[in-house]
Amino acid sequence: MTDAAPTSRERPLSPHVQVWRWHVTMAASILHRATGVVLYLGAVLFAGWALALALGPDAFGAYMRALGSLPGRIVFFGLTVSVLFHLANGIRHLFWDVGKGFELKTADATAIIALVFSVAGAMALWLAAAAVGAI
Amino acid sequence: MADYRTPLRRALGSGSAKRGVGHFIGQRVSAIALILLAGWAVWSVLVLAWGGDYATAVIWLRSPIDAVLASLLAIAAFYHMQIGMRVIIEDYFQAKGTRSLLLIANLFLCWTAAALTIICLLKVAFGDAGAI
Repeated sequence: MTDAAPTSRERPLSPHVQVWRWHVTMAASILHRATGVVLYLGAVLFAGWALALALGPDAFGAYMRALGSLPGRIVFFGLTVSVLFHLANGIRHLFWDVGKGFELKTADATAIIALVFSVAGAMALWLAAAAVGAI
Repeated sequence: MADYRTPLRRALGSGSAKRGVGHFIGQRVSAIALILLAGWAVWSVLVLAWGGDYATAVIWLRSPIDAVLASLLAIAAFYHMQIGMRVIIEDYFQAKGTRSLLLIANLFLCWTAAALTIICLLKVAFGDAGAI
């Protein structure tokens, strides 16, 4: 390390993204970041909701109608999946932070659990909401 | 390898004084706060969707518990997402100008959205009880 000559010796390159084999832990990692970005936009919607509420019944009514429209519902379903996935995968991250859950089988299993939980959980929440007439 | 630390720093031996990991820890602590708030938040969205109208939302926010938890959610969420987006920007943008611009824009957006959300929530929470 101390005697390394500043030559133009070939340095090892990390594998290019195109030669990586798709794997569930990799998908979970990418989705964690992707859902984080989605939730960033979701938080802006939360701020808009609070603003509409503070502006009064007319603004709030218009905001809720936009959310209740078909595109609004699609966005909100996406946000539901994103919240649940980011939540479940975030818990995985916290376990890793204390050094647990790195075994390959455990990491695979928890990634699959997070994926299934987010999709099944979102569908269950929406079905529950539909059952009581909320949506 | 040259050691650029001053003799005093070397003698104290505390390295970076553990200040370099502030964002890393903040990200984890706000994550724990958000996990604790998640159940209440999902339940609240269901309640608000079920009522659907302005009066439901105002009455919901008049409850001190819901007003406090909604404010805490805003603080934890905007803080957490500010750090998260910061990491993404630092990963993908190497040019100093673009990177600085995006980091500042991210900071301003998160602080503005947080202030807007909390002020609006409190305005409704403290509003005239008769005027729904």
